[in-house]
Amino acid sequence: MTITSSASRTPAVRAEGLVKTFGSNRAVDGVDLTVEAGTVYGVLGPNGAGKTTTISMLGTLLRPDAGRAEIFGHDVVRESHIVRQLIGLTGQFASVDERLSATENLVIFARLLGLSRTEARRKSVELLEEFGLTDAATRPLAKFSGGMRRRLDLAASLIAQPPLIFLDEPTTGLDPRTRGQMWDTIRRLVATGSTVLLTTQYLDEADQLADRIAVIDRGRVVAEGTALELKASVGSASLLLRLRRGSDVELAQAVIGRVLGVTAVISPEAARLTVPMHDADRVTDLLVAFREAGLHLEEFSVQQPTLDEVFLTLTGKGVPEDDAPAHETADELEGAVR
Amino acid sequence: MTAIATITPPSERRLSNHASLTLTLQNTFTMAYRGLVKIRRTPEQLIDVTVQPIIFTLMFAYLFGGAIAGDVQNYLPALIPGILVQTVITTSVVTGTQLREDMDKGVFDRFRSLPIARIAPLSGALLADTLRYAIATTITFVVGFIMGYHPAGGLGAVVLAGLLVIACAWAISWIFAFFGVVARTASSVQGISMLVLFPLTFLSNAYVPVDTLPTWLAWFANINPISHLVTAVRDLANNGVIGIDLWASLLGAAVIVAIFAPLTVRAYRRKA
Repeated sequence: MTITSSASRTPAVRAEGLVKTFGSNRAVDGVDLTVEAGTVYGVLGPNGAGKTTTISMLGTLLRPDAGRAEIFGHDVVRESHIVRQLIGLTGQFASVDERLSATENLVIFARLLGLSRTEARRKSVELLEEFGLTDAATRPLAKFSGGMRRRLDLAASLIAQPPLIFLDEPTTGLDPRTRGQMWDTIRRLVATGSTVLLTTQYLDEADQLADRIAVIDRGRVVAEGTALELKASVGSASLLLRLRRGSDVELAQAVIGRVLGVTAVISPEAARLTVPMHDADRVTDLLVAFREAGLHLEEFSVQQPTLDEVFLTLTGKGVPEDDAPAHETADELEGAVR
Repeated sequence: MTAIATITPPSERRLSNHASLTLTLQNTFTMAYRGLVKIRRTPEQLIDVTVQPIIFTLMFAYLFGGAIAGDVQNYLPALIPGILVQTVITTSVVTGTQLREDMDKGVFDRFRSLPIARIAPLSGALLADTLRYAIATTITFVVGFIMGYHPAGGLGAVVLAGLLVIACAWAISWIFAFFGVVARTASSVQGISMLVLFPLTFLSNAYVPVDTLPTWLAWFANINPISHLVTAVRDLANNGVIGIDLWASLLGAAVIVAIFAPLTVRAYRRKA
């Protein structure tokens, strides 16, 4: 694949001051985003933060009330038909036809995208195989699990091999195994040269997949950077240690202080120690020191900063109450139609 | 990864900012195909165009035949065109309800995000529904033949009459497509449409001779466009005559399309 110099300089997404208002609710309140081509960009935020509305505007489903956005240099409002040729949109709620089979869905989308009848058939067979849906190809979607539906939805977005793919909460509501599969798929997509913009409520998902992350709250970007930068701004991960019954907790605290140079917090039951972990490398030193001091561990784990903590730090408050739960999209889009 | 090959960068793609006429037609046919696949998946959708004509024809023929025309055989030439028009026109309501249901679904978001002609989901639905009208028309005539209806106009005239009804139903389906686009729910589309259609189809010459009606009702039945369509079908099928009513019906259909097609398309573009 040859990327011309102009293509490599044009960002996949450039949004400036995007605003969308539904009634008195400013769902998106001046969002700026720049996504470089060939990267994975994560938009992280709680329900109702404006993630879906932002994606809908970038994906030409909603018209921005103010601000502008370009996809590979093409304006989403004035050149919407061109933009649609460059994007694949996978919504929070699988946008496939419930009453049709997986194959029928893909064939129809492929035909709409201009593939011939045989090409459309071949493409859907390939995609179904790729997404592990071959066995269920002719079954009506009503019998599909959430994960299968989500995979089919993503498959449908890939028919035209768009250079930019929007994934709106691709793993929300999926079990851990299916989530892992989805992550693998996303990684392989990027390996082919696609740019991916995904929204998520989970910090670890953004951490696992995204090169850069924007944290969004109440329609505004409150932080932007790489996962590392973001986590550094939020605070470090912590080490959770539980000592074997009867161990000397004070001694352990002293060892931690000596080796890592930090103060471990002893839990009220005096059995657990929480240790701020700035440098994961030095944990080995700590474990060796523990053994030398005759300290034995019952349990050992690392706790990453949670989305809760990110929010607490960035916005000065916790994750907002779940007052606008999973129906975010439906409500927003409905609001737009009225 | 076989299915997901290396993608072509945007700078090397041929991009166009509007859907060509060819693309619009292609998309319309694909959408119509989607309508047909949906029918195949849920054949119960066809009850209104299969079972209903059979039941209605039998019911009305034996119920009113004796009272209105002396016996069933004499009633059939008047009844079959009437029932044909009523059934097919009623079927066109489905265009509106299905369009509403479709637009409320997640799949519609995908259609809106694809580089296809914006109008295709609407035009495809309208096209696919002509198949429903054709089924209803065929079944009504076949039931008629089985019961002993022998249209004197001959097969060619019957086919022509069928095409006339299908064309008019298609025109009327624009009205319901409009309701479908602007209404909030599919059931409200159904409600509004039935409220309009029920009086319109029954207060006509479809089942009874107009001269038996009270003056004010006869006046309405005579200006009712449904009556003109019924008369046109009777003239064609029973006498092989292309009368003034056929031209009136076609003119009416054209007027409906001229008014409702732009209205529907405008409302649809605003929402889609």
